[in-house]
Amino acid sequence: MEYLIGIQGQDFVLVAADNVAASSIIQMKHDYDKMFKLSEKILLLCVGEAGDTVQFAEYIQKNVQLYKMRNGYELSPAAAANFTRKNLADYLRSRTPYHVNLLLAGFDDTDGPGLYYMDYLSSLAKAPFAAHGYGAFLTLSILDRYYRPDLTRDEAVDLLKKCIEELNRRFILNLPSFTVRLIDKEGIHDLEKLTLGSK
Amino acid sequence: MALQDLCNFQDIFQDSLTKLCFLGTFEKNTACDYVSSLSTRSSTSLFNFYIPAAEYLDESPIQFGQISNIQSSSAISSQESILSPSSLPTSLPFASSQSVPLPFPMSHGTTTLAFMFQGGVLAAADTRSSCSGLVACPASQKILPIHSHLVGTTSGTSADCALWKRILARELRLYQLRHGRRLSTRGAAKLLSHMLHPFKGTELCVAATLCGWDGGEVDDGCHAGTVIDLRGRGGTTKSEMTDQEKYLDTLNEKVSLPETQSSTFSEQYFARKKVSFSGPGLFYVCSDGTRLQGTLFSVGSGSPYAYSILDQGVRWGLTVDEATSIAREAVYRATYRDAYSGNCVDIYHITSNGWTRRTREDLKEEYYREKERRRHEGRGRQDVTVSE
Repeated sequence: MEYLIGIQGQDFVLVAADNVAASSIIQMKHDYDKMFKLSEKILLLCVGEAGDTVQFAEYIQKNVQLYKMRNGYELSPAAAANFTRKNLADYLRSRTPYHVNLLLAGFDDTDGPGLYYMDYLSSLAKAPFAAHGYGAFLTLSILDRYYRPDLTRDEAVDLLKKCIEELNRRFILNLPSFTVRLIDKEGIHDLEKLTLGSK
Repeated sequence: MALQDLCNFQDIFQDSLTKLCFLGTFEKNTACDYVSSLSTRSSTSLFNFYIPAAEYLDESPIQFGQISNIQSSSAISSQESILSPSSLPTSLPFASSQSVPLPFPMSHGTTTLAFMFQGGVLAAADTRSSCSGLVACPASQKILPIHSHLVGTTSGTSADCALWKRILARELRLYQLRHGRRLSTRGAAKLLSHMLHPFKGTELCVAATLCGWDGGEVDDGCHAGTVIDLRGRGGTTKSEMTDQEKYLDTLNEKVSLPETQSSTFSEQYFARKKVSFSGPGLFYVCSDGTRLQGTLFSVGSGSPYAYSILDQGVRWGLTVDEATSIAREAVYRATYRDAYSGNCVDIYHITSNGWTRRTREDLKEEYYREKERRRHEGRGRQDVTVSE
């Protein structure tokens, strides 16, 4: 139903998420933002069960901000990803596990860009590209075929557009628009929303 | 003070005043400053929200009332299903595998809707309370006023909705007394959502839209730097910003971030406070945890029927009369098709002066009026063919 995708380049990470907030068969909102800003250079993309996504993502977001307030510097993306995974793992075998699938994308000043894939069983993997949702079945092979570690920004956006075209062609559900953001050493940039009509 | 005794409210402000001198930059005495700076200390919590908790609720709500293991394992699990039982009518309401069997069969049939337009917010709902195939009450009230400028439509279990609306009303009133201003609709939605969170996974079912007007709040004016909208509205040259979207952009609380990286911590922190605004607010809150802001929502078993009518006719520039008639028609069409909605329609209109309520209209009249109209049209067409 929901779709997340991330592509890491040489010095940037490109992420996109669909904009539909659904409740059983009805689209309640067409412009819902599934990305949560953890810090100046870290984004958390979160999909899954209805209330769990916002609760968990906001919890992580506030804790990362608290760390910055307490210590005077921000968590690195790797540290934030491991912190998120630890929280997911702690809640996994409790009475109230969080059923959320996440992508964490960030830029570290020393290590460069990073994309981390996490799922509801609290697995964590650093990957050059990743996707969540049913749409991932359709788009991962496109990413496998065309991805190169030295993609430029424009090439990465083109690759993203290829993936979304495939979704529009073959995916049974209607995902009309996608929020796209890019993280590099300058921070988080909003790119143009990709809608059905765009080539 | 009498109020302190009544609300069991410790005067936290006085105690913490001396301890807050390390945050040197702030001087203002407003309550919201205290809230934000107190959050850095975990010892005192300013908001002690009382959630009714009988002894049996000290255990996990999932474990409550387990009768026998055999019974619980044979029931269908509804946790993993995509279609939640609350939004579609079920002929036999089933209990999830881990909870107590329902005392009597319940179903969640209703049609409620709410939308924003230039004249404020309009909320409409039917008045039928059903209970597994029976009409338990043909004249129930599904839109409950919470305070003078906030109204909530209810869907789901009537008892749960009525209770949680009252709890929300109490908490909002306490907030107003403590801070001297009304909590915004966004804040009320967040509050309700967080109060319902412990009950996620239980049989509690509340799907409400909060429709309100926020107004006249004091802007403490301590934000600096440019305002960045994080909602991904990049590329404004290509995207068409309609009137409604422009209005929403100005309305939406934006987080302001200082551009320079050399600003001190406290400046950055205070700059992150939200800009307050005056205007309509519409939020959908569900007991499964969903919390959405929007301009048009419809909830309940009749909501798909209502959505199709509303999507055709609702625009920002509607007049109040046009908006009322489209809301009435949407509820009417939903009650026509959905067995669990019917009887009458309630319409509430919220403006900066508060909410006003139209007299309840019986949809039976609407049905007969439409029948008359159809008959006239049919006769008109017959006349045309005869004359040819």
